[in-house]
Amino acid sequence: MTAATIEAPAPALGRPGLGATVSQTLSMAWRQMVRIKHNPFELVDLSLSPIMFLLLFVYVFGGQMAGSTSEYLQYVLGGLIAQNAIFLTMYTGTGINADLRKGVYDRFRSLPIARSAPLAGKIFADMFKQVWSILIMVLLGMLMGFELRSVGYAVLATLVLVVFALAISWISVLMGVVADSEEKVQIYAFVIIMPLTFTSSAFVDITTMPGFMQAWAKVNPVTHLSDAMRGLLSYGPISEPLMWTFVWAAAIFAVTAPLAMRAYKRKMV
Amino acid sequence: MSHPGTTGDYAIEVEGLTKHFGDLVAVDHIDLNARAGTVLGVLGPNGAGKTTMVRMLATLSRPTAGTGRVGGYDIIRNAPEVRSLIGLTGQFAGIDELLTGEENLRFIGRLLGMPTRDAKARARELLAQFNLSDAADKAAKAYSGGMRRRLDLAASLVGRPRILFLDEPTTGLDPRARGELWGLVRGLVADGTTVLLTTQYLEEADQLAHEIAVIDHGKVIATGTPTQLKAKIGGQSLRIQPEDHARLDDLLALVAERFPDLEPVVSAGAVTIGVNDEGVMPTLAADLRDRGIALTDFHLGLSSLDEVFLTLTGHRTETDDENEEAAR
Repeated sequence: MTAATIEAPAPALGRPGLGATVSQTLSMAWRQMVRIKHNPFELVDLSLSPIMFLLLFVYVFGGQMAGSTSEYLQYVLGGLIAQNAIFLTMYTGTGINADLRKGVYDRFRSLPIARSAPLAGKIFADMFKQVWSILIMVLLGMLMGFELRSVGYAVLATLVLVVFALAISWISVLMGVVADSEEKVQIYAFVIIMPLTFTSSAFVDITTMPGFMQAWAKVNPVTHLSDAMRGLLSYGPISEPLMWTFVWAAAIFAVTAPLAMRAYKRKMV
Repeated sequence: MSHPGTTGDYAIEVEGLTKHFGDLVAVDHIDLNARAGTVLGVLGPNGAGKTTMVRMLATLSRPTAGTGRVGGYDIIRNAPEVRSLIGLTGQFAGIDELLTGEENLRFIGRLLGMPTRDAKARARELLAQFNLSDAADKAAKAYSGGMRRRLDLAASLVGRPRILFLDEPTTGLDPRARGELWGLVRGLVADGTTVLLTTQYLEEADQLAHEIAVIDHGKVIATGTPTQLKAKIGGQSLRIQPEDHARLDDLLALVAERFPDLEPVVSAGAVTIGVNDEGVMPTLAADLRDRGIALTDFHLGLSSLDEVFLTLTGHRTETDDENEEAAR
């Protein structure tokens, strides 16, 4: 048999440019959305914990915390939304971890696509879950008597939440890439997220905390996000917590995104 | 800009390729060449370093030392170019089980920058080619093992790669599914695709490969065409199974008498010996009849990988349990 010549195929040779990277990221996100289409129960699963938290916090703690459940609802909804958003980012890491172990990423890495596309696509698609969750919580809150500050602000709150979640998802990605099992990602996430959200203004007025705790709670990113959500959805200041929320988001992204990408590239031993 | 890939006879050139994992030397100075448009079979037991080698050539893993060129491009310096020339089908299917077969292929097409309509058309075309059209809209998790492998192979072909890496594509498949996959690979080669195939099955390498490299403990221990290799290792094996298990010892005694130099292998109630000359069969059959040993199996077949290794290395493949593990 004579030797056939190897021709360069139609796809452009070399590193993909920005346009291609964006398009590949969107394709990756498309895959995630199709997964939800085939497994809609995931959305129910996703909705259960915020619904439960909202009902329990308001109707169990409400009277004790704020004198009445309706007043506490007005306070705590923003905090619960912030907490839920942070917990949701955990699933980005567990999903990436599963894909990495199953060999799906081997296929991706053998394709002429941007290295960041699989990770970025997953993060991007998970933003749909963020929007879904905030929608569920605000609607249930309103059924329970929550008074929305304004619809325009609520839309803005959703955008802020998405931006923050996009940034901190990289922590989860980092864990998902480094950990050797999904369970470990969950454990890591739990030990970090649980204390982080409780030592903030998410559920209580931080001025009731002892000094050292207050000092931490004042700088805790969850405090700023909770305050921003509260300000936009319910009452209270908006611009200052918003600014700090973005500062934290930018700082967390700047540190964890490169670390996650480096860990991801290191995985290719 | 010149395309180094358009010149030269070799689609895959490997020189001194080495990979260490800590103290473990997984791949140890491997030299290999695959002529464009042919199948290079890499034959070896589990743990021989086959997958590690393929991962390096497919740019998933960095070599510790040595060089590799795929389609004329260096696997380290020109990794993005290499990726646009190759397709990879791994041992574990890189498909999304929640997605349908069509969606899996369409997804890869979209990733490769095809417009939606082209990606759909290409997906349909491949599904038809791989006899998966009926299952196109079923979730991949409902597919049988053979269908999954076919879908996985199809997924690696969406971008029409000129060079294809098949890492144990039929491990764990039943003979029928294996035969189907072989047919597909032959079709691709007929269209000019260069294939590097790793396998644990001598028969698979014999069926598909133009050249075979046998590797063990990360080293190439023999190379040649299937015919050359078979000549080297005694080629065929004779399997004799008595109807009555109790006659196994009598059978062994007879074999020891007739072939004092050979080391018979006993497994699953049968005796296997390596033979070069088919002429022994009639005399042996007569002896067996004289001693009243009724048989359920008496046939010449290609030597198993185990026998190949025994001949080439003096030791058996040590990983039979692992093989079964991997097959599961």
